[in-house]
Amino acid sequence: MLQLFLHLLLLLGLSPLLPGVIGKTKALFAGRTGPPFLQSYYDIWKLFGKGLVISRTTTWVFRAGPVLGLVVPVLAALMVPFGSIGAPLSFTGDLIFFVYLFGLARFFTASAAMDTGSSFEGMGAAREVTFACLAEPTVFFSFIVLARLSGSLSLDAMFGQALNTAWQSAGPSLILVVACLFVVVLVENCRIPFDDPNTHLELTMIHEVMVLDHSGPDLGMILYGAAMKLFVLGALVVRLVFPGSTGNVLFDTLLFSGGMLLLAVVIGVVESTMARLRLLRVPQLLVGTLLLSFFSLILLLR
Amino acid sequence: MKTLNPQLLKNGEAIALELVDTLDFDDFRDCLLEEVRKQGRVAACFGVSAAGESSELELFALVARDRNACVAVYRTRVGERFPSLTPSCPQMHLFEREIAEQYGVVPEGHPWLKPLRFHNAWRPGVDAWGRPADQHPRSGEMEFYQVEGEGVHEVAVGPVHAGIIEPGHFRFQCYGEKVMHLEISLGYQHRGIERMLLNGPHPATMAQMETIAGDTTIGHGLAYCQVLEALSGCEVPAKAQSIRALALELERLANHVGDIGALAGDVGFLPTFSYCGRLRGDYLNLTAALCGSRFGRGLVRPGGVGFDLDPVLAGEMLARLKGIEGNTIGAMEIFFDAPSVLSRFEGRGRLSRSVAEDLGLVGVAAKACAVPRDSRFFHPTGVYRHLFDDLITEETGDAMARAKVRSREITVSIELLRRIGTSLPEGPIRAPVGPLKADALAIALVEGWRGEVVHVALTGGDGRLRRYKIVDPSFHNWSGLAMAMRDEQISDFPLCNKSFNLSYCGFDL
Repeated sequence: MLQLFLHLLLLLGLSPLLPGVIGKTKALFAGRTGPPFLQSYYDIWKLFGKGLVISRTTTWVFRAGPVLGLVVPVLAALMVPFGSIGAPLSFTGDLIFFVYLFGLARFFTASAAMDTGSSFEGMGAAREVTFACLAEPTVFFSFIVLARLSGSLSLDAMFGQALNTAWQSAGPSLILVVACLFVVVLVENCRIPFDDPNTHLELTMIHEVMVLDHSGPDLGMILYGAAMKLFVLGALVVRLVFPGSTGNVLFDTLLFSGGMLLLAVVIGVVESTMARLRLLRVPQLLVGTLLLSFFSLILLLR
Repeated sequence: MKTLNPQLLKNGEAIALELVDTLDFDDFRDCLLEEVRKQGRVAACFGVSAAGESSELELFALVARDRNACVAVYRTRVGERFPSLTPSCPQMHLFEREIAEQYGVVPEGHPWLKPLRFHNAWRPGVDAWGRPADQHPRSGEMEFYQVEGEGVHEVAVGPVHAGIIEPGHFRFQCYGEKVMHLEISLGYQHRGIERMLLNGPHPATMAQMETIAGDTTIGHGLAYCQVLEALSGCEVPAKAQSIRALALELERLANHVGDIGALAGDVGFLPTFSYCGRLRGDYLNLTAALCGSRFGRGLVRPGGVGFDLDPVLAGEMLARLKGIEGNTIGAMEIFFDAPSVLSRFEGRGRLSRSVAEDLGLVGVAAKACAVPRDSRFFHPTGVYRHLFDDLITEETGDAMARAKVRSREITVSIELLRRIGTSLPEGPIRAPVGPLKADALAIALVEGWRGEVVHVALTGGDGRLRRYKIVDPSFHNWSGLAMAMRDEQISDFPLCNKSFNLSYCGFDL
């Protein structure tokens, strides 16, 4: 019970800090002060206190999108170990459940976008779904590598203690997996170079355009959900890079949290030094990542 | 066919109207087509209600002969309809639509005859589209070009945009993500400036001229002053000419630097985006040091300039410029050196040289297509006569070329500022402007930062303005943007749009 409590506390409490760290890093590169670290907390708090505007053309699907967007990351997080805090929910084959939970959220976000009838949102939905299709196999190949290494089909074991020995036996493979999962983190969380979370240009947006019509608490749920999604997917990368555990829960949790913040800094650096890819190039890069994950599997099986 | 023997005038000159022959329409047409075939380009074409009770319309066409540094004037008369020149001379298409909208005459055979700015005709009771005269036309109410078929969809953007930009409506015909056609409908900011100027100049005219396009305050203000000076025979003092050029180049610098920053912002390349935003402010502040207004309001005045520049301040400005210059070049270097930026810009929104020439593009957009167009070079006035020799062109015609033209013009302008600032002449800054000549025509071509700003004035028998025609560079270049988007990805539209960075209000007038 304490484990579940700690797990949720980390997820719910720490996740909005990540966008703040990314923002600060970008501001640092630009020579600006930037918004405070806690800006996302303020934003979410503010949005939950606001009213809603809902288009007359929409149905219940439009309201369901943000709810799913908030609930799914929480559910998915339960299957991922944070530091030495093991996953509260774990069963054989939960990796498939994990991936398709996000698929479910995406289905509802895209449906909610199309529910508005706006041509922009339709375009955004089409793009998001296309790119997700290409990112999904990468995730699976990476998971297969980890499953093979740990000899288990549950995320808790795959991202658990087995990683320590895995780095010694299959380092090159794991490096490729880290690279692949990092790309997945970027594309799934609509970061540069795949999407620009700060742009105001609706024609170039992917994810942002789908949530243009949401306001108030709905938008708050979307923002909170997005921060948690970044946290959950980021946790996979952080677990891979910092697999060690000392047995001291406090120390391990601090290490894990530090790893998450470091990940946010890295994302901020990538965003500060790269331009966005052309939309046509995104699938090419994703297919490249897919091949990379395939190679890591071959490396492991050879 | 009549031989080409038109009345010629130089930039900033006036001629008596009686010297300009009124041709038959057929001769007018033949001469104009011949001029355009010989690398001339239509700088301005406009109608004027004929003097007296006649319901006829006089048409004037001013064709810039860049290589001869002069402008040829043609004049004809038309009735309620006239055969359109557009099919054989595409750069006339907007001028003819404008004439149709302003005077209710119909250019027959025009392939794309739609309203431009959505206002009632200036002559009562006529309308080229038969719209009711008692109510104001609604902006954007016209037949848009449509493509139909499986998988073809239409995307409408604007007039209200997500960013802080001006209003304009864009209608895309898309097949998936590919744009087959883009139609641009403007006119949301039509203020009727040309009409306000009838019987002018009025006390408010100078201020209105500076607000035709807020980012081209100096460009438009200068063009207007040059027209007035030409019409009154006023000789502008040398020092005023220098200060004017200084302001014009500072305006160019501020906008070009801002544009490169905005281009970087559009592709999410933050370093240049952030630096250029600040640097643009530094250039604007230099203009403010000159006259107290960051955009140069109140600086250019008929007969000279409103603010003197003493050598101490000039030295101070040059010292500040030196510091800003280093930062500007640094910000541009990281932009043009980043592979992710290059891959985003190269080949996007490509325009061929022939399209650019056919459409009569000017300024940055034309120079990026290897079309040399710069009135500082071909039609120089003031200090540009002996200081400017660096005409920049790029070959590729894409967004990259437009960015490069800007960055290269930035270095040229900084060098110009230095030359002007170190050789500042002594003397007065303003000469008195007398009354305007009666029955005369004057033209001014000023290379604003976007391109050639053309102002033409026609005075009546009383020495008041009978017609005042303003052609902002955006007037020509919006068609270039529409053509550049063909077969492009719709997600690249903001990038292409920013690489042109055209003025909405300069078009809407």
